[in-house]
Amino acid sequence: MSQDLVNIEINGIPLQARKGAMLIEVADEAGIKIPRFCYHKKLSVAANCRMCLVEVEKAPKPLPACATPVMDGMKAFTQSPKALAAQKGTMEFLLINHPLDCPICDQGGECELQDVAMGYGEDVSRYSEAKRVVKDKDIGPLIATEMTRCIHCTRCVRFGEEIAGIRELGATGRGEFMQIGTYIEKSVSSEMSGNVIDLCPVGALTAKPSRYTARPWELVQHATVAPHDSIGSNLFLHTREGRVMRAVPRDNESVNETWISDRDRFSYTGLYADDRLTTPMVKDNGKWVATDWETALARTVEGLKGTAASEIGALLSPHATLEELYLAQKLLRGLGVSAIDHRLRQVDFAHGNADPAFPYLGLPIADLENVNAALLVASNVRKEQPIAAHRLRKAGLKGASLMAINTRDYGFAFPVMAQCITDPHGMVGVLAGVAGAALEAAGAKAPASLAKIIDAAEIDEAARAMAEQLKAGEQAVVLLGSQAFAHPRFSLLRALAAVVAEHTGATLGYLPEAANSAGAWLAGAVPHRGPAGERLGSPGLDAQAMLDKPRQAYVLLGVEPDLDCADGVRAREAIEGANFVVSLNAFASEATRNLADVLLPIATFAETSGTFVNAEGRWQSFQGVTRPLGEARPAWKVLRVLGNMAGLNGFEHVSSENVRDELKGLFGADLAFDTGVPLEGAAFETATVPTGLQRAGGVAIYALDSLVRRARPLQETADGRQAGAYISEAQARALDLLNTDRVLVRQNGRTATLDLVIDDGVAMGCVWIPAGMPETAALGAAFGPVELQKL
Amino acid sequence: MPKIQTVHKAALLNDHLREEIDDWLRRYPEDQRQSAVLGALRAVQHEHGYLSTEMMDAVAEYIGMPEIAVYEVASFYSMFELKPVGRHTIAVCTNISCMLRGSDKIVEHIENKLGIKTGESTPDGKFYIKREEECLAACCGAPMMQVDHVYYEHLTPERVDEILDGLE
Ligand code: SF4
Ligand code: FES
Ligand code: FES
Repeated sequence: MSQDLVNIEINGIPLQARKGAMLIEVADEAGIKIPRFCYHKKLSVAANCRMCLVEVEKAPKPLPACATPVMDGMKAFTQSPKALAAQKGTMEFLLINHPLDCPICDQGGECELQDVAMGYGEDVSRYSEAKRVVKDKDIGPLIATEMTRCIHCTRCVRFGEEIAGIRELGATGRGEFMQIGTYIEKSVSSEMSGNVIDLCPVGALTAKPSRYTARPWELVQHATVAPHDSIGSNLFLHTREGRVMRAVPRDNESVNETWISDRDRFSYTGLYADDRLTTPMVKDNGKWVATDWETALARTVEGLKGTAASEIGALLSPHATLEELYLAQKLLRGLGVSAIDHRLRQVDFAHGNADPAFPYLGLPIADLENVNAALLVASNVRKEQPIAAHRLRKAGLKGASLMAINTRDYGFAFPVMAQCITDPHGMVGVLAGVAGAALEAAGAKAPASLAKIIDAAEIDEAARAMAEQLKAGEQAVVLLGSQAFAHPRFSLLRALAAVVAEHTGATLGYLPEAANSAGAWLAGAVPHRGPAGERLGSPGLDAQAMLDKPRQAYVLLGVEPDLDCADGVRAREAIEGANFVVSLNAFASEATRNLADVLLPIATFAETSGTFVNAEGRWQSFQGVTRPLGEARPAWKVLRVLGNMAGLNGFEHVSSENVRDELKGLFGADLAFDTGVPLEGAAFETATVPTGLQRAGGVAIYALDSLVRRARPLQETADGRQAGAYISEAQARALDLLNTDRVLVRQNGRTATLDLVIDDGVAMGCVWIPAGMPETAALGAAFGPVELQKL
Repeated sequence: MPKIQTVHKAALLNDHLREEIDDWLRRYPEDQRQSAVLGALRAVQHEHGYLSTEMMDAVAEYIGMPEIAVYEVASFYSMFELKPVGRHTIAVCTNISCMLRGSDKIVEHIENKLGIKTGESTPDGKFYIKREEECLAACCGAPMMQVDHVYYEHLTPERVDEILDGLE
């Protein structure tokens, strides 16, 4: 027996336990039930509810199992008369102030208090005096409160402090007057706030969007995977009569632990949006007519075959499944089309030979919490990949040096050791400085292709400190964030990051934007790579080029060009001019209707089986949880039929698993999880220093994809309403804008009117404007010179 | 006016308050800054008569702790007032020793004299009677009360009149 184990007995069952473990953990592992409210395996021990009292031999009084460390030879009894009496007593006290009206409570049927009361409560209350009443609070569009039901377990409070990293809920007052709330009228702002709904053992905090819409026992639970960020959090969707009613987390220690982001939890509310496409449609003389699948598919094949393959461009969503992307590229390549891309928000495609097989995180997601140092480059990780931010936060709390180079101080919920906030152009210089510092410390020379850039960079104290921290960290990572992918000099940022990583001994990793960004690469949804990373001799046009050189026909898979593309305005203009456009989408927005000639209604992630590959390269397959709405069909089936109708071979799949396995079979043994960036080849050009104000920004958290954009409760949060032009106070003063609340933004000849927001976190010389939002879409590209004019 | 996202809430603290809070901060290790919150709130209350949300936020930013954590502290201790109150605070102990010695009568007398109930302030803003005060550790002089920072023991209605009438 190792020294770290002790022998104990619970209810006469001999058990081995880790020294220092709490009795309740050991009991849980052994499947011995102890009632509890305040204890939660992921939160600190508060021991304030006393529900877990058990008898321990030689202890004069019952002890709380959640706060009693095991000791060698300890004998505990969870069901002895003494233990039961203590538990019953606690229950009776808890119920004194708790309403006994479970039938009208949303938590009824899945309430820990109700369950435990069934086991330990009396059927009649001895308490007939007045109960405490607490006023409900409005804490935003996601969480409903009924604070009279609160039992003060403080799980929600500890969640804010320990997990979310922003303390918004608290316990004010004391004794009889203690209340859980925000004290002042305030919406909670954490992007992980919904987790308190699961944590709350009673009906005090419930999900506002699904409140009173179903009883737990009417719901059927289905396992699936979240379709938004590149973490791929594991979910359960709950359906009633074939309709998705809500989403809750599914434990997976390697991915999301027991948490999910609010985006993953509430985006289901967009599934049944008003513009959901439920029947195939074709445009006849400029008029939309509903039709059957056969007609719509025939029209599609005709449209594609009637256009020279070299004149067809395909924009595929990185939120589509692996199977859909694989079949789409197979169909298109079968027709001779080579302009295939999913990198809709990328603008710099130079040095494509340096692209990895897929944008790999560089390490398993779970290992993010063990890094000693991390440098985030152009990433708002907190809003873009909330679970990754949570893992990094754990590392930070253990002392890791977390650093960032960004255009705005995003207010990360983890301790930031060092950060450089500068305009988009300046970011390149700063990173080059860090690369220079790393080379200097390693006594190495800059690779020829980067020499000009690195030599010109200023190596200041901050750059040296960053390089030093990365070098000192036994496990260090340099992470390229979603905003790096969208940066006009992505390839240069990547090359510099690679130099930094190489000479500090850090790992280079990517935090790609979408649920299946990684899968899209592996499926071959890029113009220069086929499935399984196969390098193609003659690459086709990339996402940018096929819009710069407008094609005669476009295939859109799950894409809303106006909001999903780097420059939505230019995308629209290019696609508008095409002779034939087919859109496979679950939704048909006004903009899509204007662009397309054929609309093919496809299933959402909840209605199809498929696979998403997350940033750590984990293939996560899932089943559809409900039938597609109306006439909609899973896209892989639609694509298979299109393949057959186009007369192509190899479209005989009978299930999405078939498709997945066909792709899997193409991988050789040598597909490396490699993020090395070859740096030989043409030298990187130095950019001319831009003059005037620069636009900076990233995709707003609730604007990422067509589903979340339709999730109304999320749109009503502060994050959903963040459209605006953000500048620092000094910048506003310099521009004489301190006395206006609206500004006219001019970018590249286009304009938009936006709220002016003063945020001192924004770099001087920058206007930070979120992308992907209807309010800002008219401006086009996410980067470039802008002007602000007082309104 | 534009929407201001970064507000410097601590700007509300004047030099005197800063000095006083700094003094408290010096007494604790640098990583235990929140220990100074009680001293800081006391200083603010002394200056402003009560703790407004704005001032609590100012303290939170200055010390570097979550605003809600400051609200928790302020609402826990009955010595802190969260709403504006009269200039002179009258706190009559009603705990057991004082109760046995007739504190109820004293409270009643004060209520009648000032025409307000406990927990209220006189309209002229001169007096405020605290809602309920627990043992102030002067049981041997019961019944007792604390007016502002001063203890008065062995109270009778006449003695109370004398004390209150003598206040500015
Ligand atoms: S609201 Fe729920 S989670 Fe929070 S303290 Fe009350 S019972 Fe516990
Ligand atoms: S679970 Fe142990 S005291 Fe609450
Ligand atoms: S009981 Fe009144 S001072 Fe102690």
